[in-house]
Amino acid sequence: MDDLYREVIIEHYKNPSYRGKLDPHDIFFADNNPLCGDHIEITLQVGADGAVSDARFDGHGCAISQASADLLMEHIIGKPLEEVKQLNKQDVLDLLGIDLGPVRLKCALLSLKVLKAGVYGLGEAGDDLVE
Amino acid sequence: MAFEIRKIREDFPTLARQVRPGVPLVYLDSTATSHKPEAVLAAMDGYYRHSNANIHRGVHTLAEEATALYEQAREGIARFINAPAARQVIYTRNTTESINLVAYTWARANLKSGDVVIATEMEHHSNLVPWHMLAAERGVRLEFIPVTGDGLLDLEAYQKLLQLGPKLVTFTHMSNVLGTINPAREIIRLAHEAGAVTLVDGAQSVPHFPVDVQDLDVDFMAFSAHKMVGPTGIGVLYGKQALLEAMPPFLGGGDMIKTVHLHSFTPNTIPYKFEAGTPAIAEAVGFGAACEYLSGVGMDAIAAYEHAITEYALERLEEIPGLRLFGPSADKKGGVAAFTLDGIHPHDVAQILDQDGVAVRAGHHCAQPLHEKFSIPATSRASFYLYSTTEEVDRLVEGIYKVKKYFA
Repeated sequence: MDDLYREVIIEHYKNPSYRGKLDPHDIFFADNNPLCGDHIEITLQVGADGAVSDARFDGHGCAISQASADLLMEHIIGKPLEEVKQLNKQDVLDLLGIDLGPVRLKCALLSLKVLKAGVYGLGEAGDDLVE
Repeated sequence: MAFEIRKIREDFPTLARQVRPGVPLVYLDSTATSHKPEAVLAAMDGYYRHSNANIHRGVHTLAEEATALYEQAREGIARFINAPAARQVIYTRNTTESINLVAYTWARANLKSGDVVIATEMEHHSNLVPWHMLAAERGVRLEFIPVTGDGLLDLEAYQKLLQLGPKLVTFTHMSNVLGTINPAREIIRLAHEAGAVTLVDGAQSVPHFPVDVQDLDVDFMAFSAHKMVGPTGIGVLYGKQALLEAMPPFLGGGDMIKTVHLHSFTPNTIPYKFEAGTPAIAEAVGFGAACEYLSGVGMDAIAAYEHAITEYALERLEEIPGLRLFGPSADKKGGVAAFTLDGIHPHDVAQILDQDGVAVRAGHHCAQPLHEKFSIPATSRASFYLYSTTEEVDRLVEGIYKVKKYFA
């Protein structure tokens, strides 16, 4: 547990730096984890250089899902969209600094799924986006 | 017989395990599935080691034995719910399949566009989605008995809904989230007066207190073995004989037929009409053993014991600041305690409890509309069975205080 609920995760859950909505924004996407009702929505602003100039997430859910969303927003600001498209499961786990079982993995990856569906301009966020 | 909890726990090998070295299991998730006693494991093992054969048409010794075991189990299950005859007990995969069987056969033969089906707001998805599918296909109209703030069915609203002349009234005997034990006999009596057929989801009731289908006068009752110390993969649909006989078959295949020609078939008699293909034979044998085990302990004794545990658990949980319990008071519910903790997601609660070996469930427990009703995305749920102890409730309460400390 000391691993799973590392200080950093509790901290990002309780005091997120990137919670909110950007208005105006260039990219918006929202989705749920049907398993537990976790909800994540993201708004991005993209600069003329094709890089993420600002990013926010909003929603509700467990510490893992909300902390990973906050860490992910922090991680992508300044990165070109092409690079954001390449992010995968391991990147999120590295950000969290933990290993997760199959059930909690869905919580951790919800924000990446939502982010990639938004960046790719897809109609829905499929699990294949984060494999 | 006196209820000897120590002896009962010894019957269940899983309960003796540790989750991690030095951390014994505190299993509070029996509403999802129960553990299995040695008697059930031995019955299934014995079947495979000694009598394994396909049932019915075989005439060799093993086939005769397998058939006898399979049918004896059916008779045992029939006795367990006081069904008038074993042929009214149809084997299915689980409660979900039993409900779908009614939806696909009886309902599609008897309901047309505009006909009303009444369910409740506290249904498990298994007793909602089959009716959604029927509504989409047939234009059947779904109405719901509302749930009150304290987790009971609004029976006045039900009486009004009955004026719509429903064809079917279907409801859970006991809510898997609130624990509410619904007044089934009364609901069924009123439904019959209005001319409706009744279907009861007994997944949570049949395992936990005596259920007598004749006393209830229920038309259809669905339940699963795995929630009542039996194996997964087998459930039952009980039905009144005349209804079952008038229904078209469900799945087509072997065993459900009397005769087959290239261009036609005639269906078998009940219960075989609804049991196409090689069934879960070992699981049926295990189901029979499970009923025998529970009867041996005594369903009245089990119900009384669980009631005491539930009362104790609700009392202890209510003491915890920031904890909100859902459902009615202990006298109106079974052994389920669903709760939320202020500011802490149920997933986090369940995960941290697991570190101390305490197994609870977190989520919407396949009852999303009910959670919407209470405006919460999810709850944590502790549930109790004949092998649960007050010491386990204490471990749960200690664990919850630890969770609160983490997020303080």
